[in-house]
Amino acid sequence: MSPDIRPLVAVVSARYRTLLQYRAAAFAGFATQLFWGSIRLMILAAFFAATTEPQPMDLPQIVAYVWLGQALLGMLPWNVDADFREQVRDGTVAYDLLRPLDLYSYWFGRTLAFRVAAPTLRGIPMVLFSMVLLPLVGLGDWALIPPAHAVAFAGFVASLVLAAMLATAITLLAHISLLWTISGVGMDRVLTGLVTVFSGLTVPLPLFPDWLQPFLNWQPFRGLADVPYRIYSGNIPSAEIAGELVFVFVWTIALVLLGRLILLRGVRRMVVQGG
Amino acid sequence: MSSAALLLRYLAISLRGQLQYRASFLMAASGNLLNCVIEIAGIWVLFDRFGDLSGWSFAEVAFFCGTVNATFAMGELLATGFDQFGTLYVKTGDFDRLLLRPRSTVLQLAGHELSLRRLGRLLPGIVIVVAAWAALDLPLDADRVGLLALAMAGGVAFFFALMVLQATMCFWTTESLELMNILTYGGVETASYPLPIYHRLFRRFFTFVVPLACIGYFPIVAVLGVDDPLGTSRLFQVAAPLAGFAFLGVAIGVWQLGVRRYTSTGS
Repeated sequence: MSPDIRPLVAVVSARYRTLLQYRAAAFAGFATQLFWGSIRLMILAAFFAATTEPQPMDLPQIVAYVWLGQALLGMLPWNVDADFREQVRDGTVAYDLLRPLDLYSYWFGRTLAFRVAAPTLRGIPMVLFSMVLLPLVGLGDWALIPPAHAVAFAGFVASLVLAAMLATAITLLAHISLLWTISGVGMDRVLTGLVTVFSGLTVPLPLFPDWLQPFLNWQPFRGLADVPYRIYSGNIPSAEIAGELVFVFVWTIALVLLGRLILLRGVRRMVVQGG
Repeated sequence: MSSAALLLRYLAISLRGQLQYRASFLMAASGNLLNCVIEIAGIWVLFDRFGDLSGWSFAEVAFFCGTVNATFAMGELLATGFDQFGTLYVKTGDFDRLLLRPRSTVLQLAGHELSLRRLGRLLPGIVIVVAAWAALDLPLDADRVGLLALAMAGGVAFFFALMVLQATMCFWTTESLELMNILTYGGVETASYPLPIYHRLFRRFFTFVVPLACIGYFPIVAVLGVDDPLGTSRLFQVAAPLAGFAFLGVAIGVWQLGVRRYTSTGS
């Protein structure tokens, strides 16, 4: 690996700025996610209303989980970068092999920008809307609460950085698998299903049946959403934050190593498309 | 050749084409199947955790969920040409060719493709409805079956209309079509749960502006034979699916306005 990190920083920033150009798409995405968030909230609140026994999360924590999920949706590794897929299909991916950079690091940088661009465009308005606007129009019960306390906020920021890395490592596994499958349509669909269920986006993970919790607690996808959102709302107590961060970090390293290994084999047998 | 015969001929050709690519069809269909299974499993998880949903049982909610999934799948199955209208016909300028043919554009686009991968949502939807019907011990009488069939026919018209409206937007812009997902995929999610749990504004929107509840919630309440907590009469519930057909009429009117202002991109 090249010790010089500057080319990688340049890759991330160039790609990020390209992706920030799509503002109309960002608005449409914002409206869509606002709608989804509202529907999810009303469903969960209706379920919650009838319950009399103590639940693993209280309603403000569930509300925070839903809004953060909508704000940061683009960061989840639920799809592959269409530009990258195109590159594999038309063969220009071969140029990447010629660059004087470590291939995995180069792709990691590009993919990180892809994963982070969408949430900055959609996430900031979503947080402003759900945290500031909703209380102003008298819907304070549905508002995103501020972080539970200073430690929770610091833990949230740290876990978000790790979540971005983890999301990139998972997306990259999907990208690398394109070298074999090329179309990636099936991959996309399976990935979307896995990620939305096991990150907690469909239903917050603590609400799953108790007998499933041991499994849910050990799978990597919860580092993408469940861990940061629950640290934010204080559902994960301060004493456990460090352990959760280590958990996500270890999974990230493991998936990066796996990606490197597969990429090594992929490059060896790669047949470039196009003429 | 009559319009119906022509439509059937189009669809038969499309079927034969898709069966040439079996692996890709199976892959896409199983993706749809997976989504449908995730949806119903998500509902089950919430019932397992919370017990009930303001008086509705899991089987009743599954009935809503199965019906709307099956209906949406049938609508999508028939409206693929409209769904892909922007990329396939407007950006390329190929819509000109359709306009030159002596048949209506709606007929030609409906015949564009009978997208088999939608079966991945249709089949589990039907299985869920049948299972919920059995679990609820509903009598299998002509009234109930007839009303459910009417509701689903109205629902197919409704979702077909949404796809027509989405395609109409392409005459103005081929971007930000994602907004229509609110009504299609978002509509499926919304109609998977009973209407009374939503805020008043959402209920009104999905009854009077976009009549999703008229092809889902209201007739199904009558099929289930329960009293509507919102207090609607049986007569209203039974007649409500007609709104789906009216909505399709409006959508086709808007489509024809759009066609009139279409300018080709082709050279």
